[in-house]
Amino acid sequence: MSSAVAPAPQLAAEAIPKRRFDFVPIGLLALLMLAAWPATGSTSTWITLTLAGLAMGMIIFIAASGLTLVFGLMDVLNFGHSLFIALGAYVATSVLGFLSGWTAAPALALNLAAIFLALLAAMTLAGVLGLGFERVIVRPVYGQHLKQILVTLGGAIVGEELIKAVWGPAQIALPPPEALRGSILLGEATVDKMRLVSVAVGLVVLAVLLWTLNRTKIGLLIRAGVQDREMVESLGYRIRRLFVGVFAAGSALAGLGGTLWGMNQQTVVPQIGGQVNVLIFIVIIMGGLGSTLGCLIGALLVGLLTNYVGFLTPKLTMFSSIGLMVAVLLWRPQGLYPVTSR
Amino acid sequence: MNPPLLSLAGVHTHIGAYHILHGVDFDVPAGEVTMLLGRNGAGKTTTLRTIMGLWKASQGSVSFDGQRIDTDETPAIARRGIAYVPENMGIFADLSVAENMLLAARAARTVDQLDTARLDWLFGLFPALKKFWLHPAGKLSGGQKQMLAIARAMVEPQRVLLIDEPSKGLAPAIVLNLIAALRELKRTATTVLLVEQNFQVAKALGDHVAVMDDGRVVHRGRMAELAADEDLQHRLLGLSLAAHQ
Repeated sequence: MSSAVAPAPQLAAEAIPKRRFDFVPIGLLALLMLAAWPATGSTSTWITLTLAGLAMGMIIFIAASGLTLVFGLMDVLNFGHSLFIALGAYVATSVLGFLSGWTAAPALALNLAAIFLALLAAMTLAGVLGLGFERVIVRPVYGQHLKQILVTLGGAIVGEELIKAVWGPAQIALPPPEALRGSILLGEATVDKMRLVSVAVGLVVLAVLLWTLNRTKIGLLIRAGVQDREMVESLGYRIRRLFVGVFAAGSALAGLGGTLWGMNQQTVVPQIGGQVNVLIFIVIIMGGLGSTLGCLIGALLVGLLTNYVGFLTPKLTMFSSIGLMVAVLLWRPQGLYPVTSR
Repeated sequence: MNPPLLSLAGVHTHIGAYHILHGVDFDVPAGEVTMLLGRNGAGKTTTLRTIMGLWKASQGSVSFDGQRIDTDETPAIARRGIAYVPENMGIFADLSVAENMLLAARAARTVDQLDTARLDWLFGLFPALKKFWLHPAGKLSGGQKQMLAIARAMVEPQRVLLIDEPSKGLAPAIVLNLIAALRELKRTATTVLLVEQNFQVAKALGDHVAVMDDGRVVHRGRMAELAADEDLQHRLLGLSLAAHQ
């Protein structure tokens, strides 16, 4: 071999595609909405169901976004996520009960302030509980999936019993504040005010999440860690610290999602976390484990389909989400937006 | 020979029930290129991973600049100035070339904060990176990914580079480019420990060599001496230079 070095071969820039966004899952969302339009029989009903579905989807997304990142970053299957959802909802009942003077007043600003404080308290306590849960329950079982399922499920059961001990086993009313009760009319369509609040909160959370993930170094580390955590560590970053932060933030978001879910249902039961958790797991599997965008699209698909099917054929409501997941996984076995290198 | 910057003494590594390294001893002199050669399964990759703390040494010691690092966690080892380019390149496929580079610059929060003079130097070594700066890294060719992996390891000044089989799976013309870039790197007196199966690459770049077999170092010496001795090559590596030409 000659020691002379050959000139660099010409690199064809055109040969490398630029980052192309995959619009197909979003197209699926649009297709579902369009398909439901004639099926629902009237435009006003369709608008009502669509907004209700989007609100439900946003709430599921809020609660699920942390869990998908926790799985993506550290391969941790956390079945205890339901506990943070339930805790958030129950904390909100206490805060709103304490602020009953504000919630009973027909003043929108006072009502929104009460909701803000309830959401803040729910997120804070769920986040703090998340920190403890990670330290005591999750950390000893890193890398052991079976044990993770067993101990996190056990933690959720213990937590649910503790919630019953503190707040009682009976369902608790969580009515919306005075100015947010009832509906508004959009043309002939009636839209629940609380659902609009949920959509607004969901959009704020989505914006903050997207900004953090796409515009900050922490977000870059999270996205990189989801793909290859060993390499992130080899670059000098302590990914476990990052994971603890994401776990706490994910728990806080679950608390937020639980509060919004309870406010939309107007009641809270100790099993609320388990009810939402089923939908969350469907969403994160369908979206592509570790994918935030997949989680969002999956949550909106589940929210919309549940509402449409609930209106058209109520008996199939529960099956619809599972059927959707099966269909999506047959089409894209790695989910709607698979994370590369996983 | 310069004093050693990195030293392994009697290193054993177990992966689960398997005993992979059986007392590895060698030094990596400062400011020079040390080649780690050996047949498939000899333990070369395990040695690099053990140095990085990705697999823990069960016995023996790994010392860097006179301090033991074998009990440190991987991030702490990397922060000492040891950069690692794994065999699979460790490219974050969903991130752009720029984002991959930014990740390696721990002090920089945005791409704008990257050291532009150093970037220009890297672009000189690997022009493709400038051309595809905002492209997804997963879409690059194998050679371009390897260049990105090496450039990423050098985006901040490092004290040692550990590179695992950079020429693996690359077309001959791309390997020549890679050799040119690594030669340029060598000119800056960077300390490099390079695992390589391609003897031509080893011959072109190496100052020193350690040859591994069955989890042990079976030969240490100057690369030029091994390159000149076909019998030794055949005995240690099962090849001769003539067979490769």
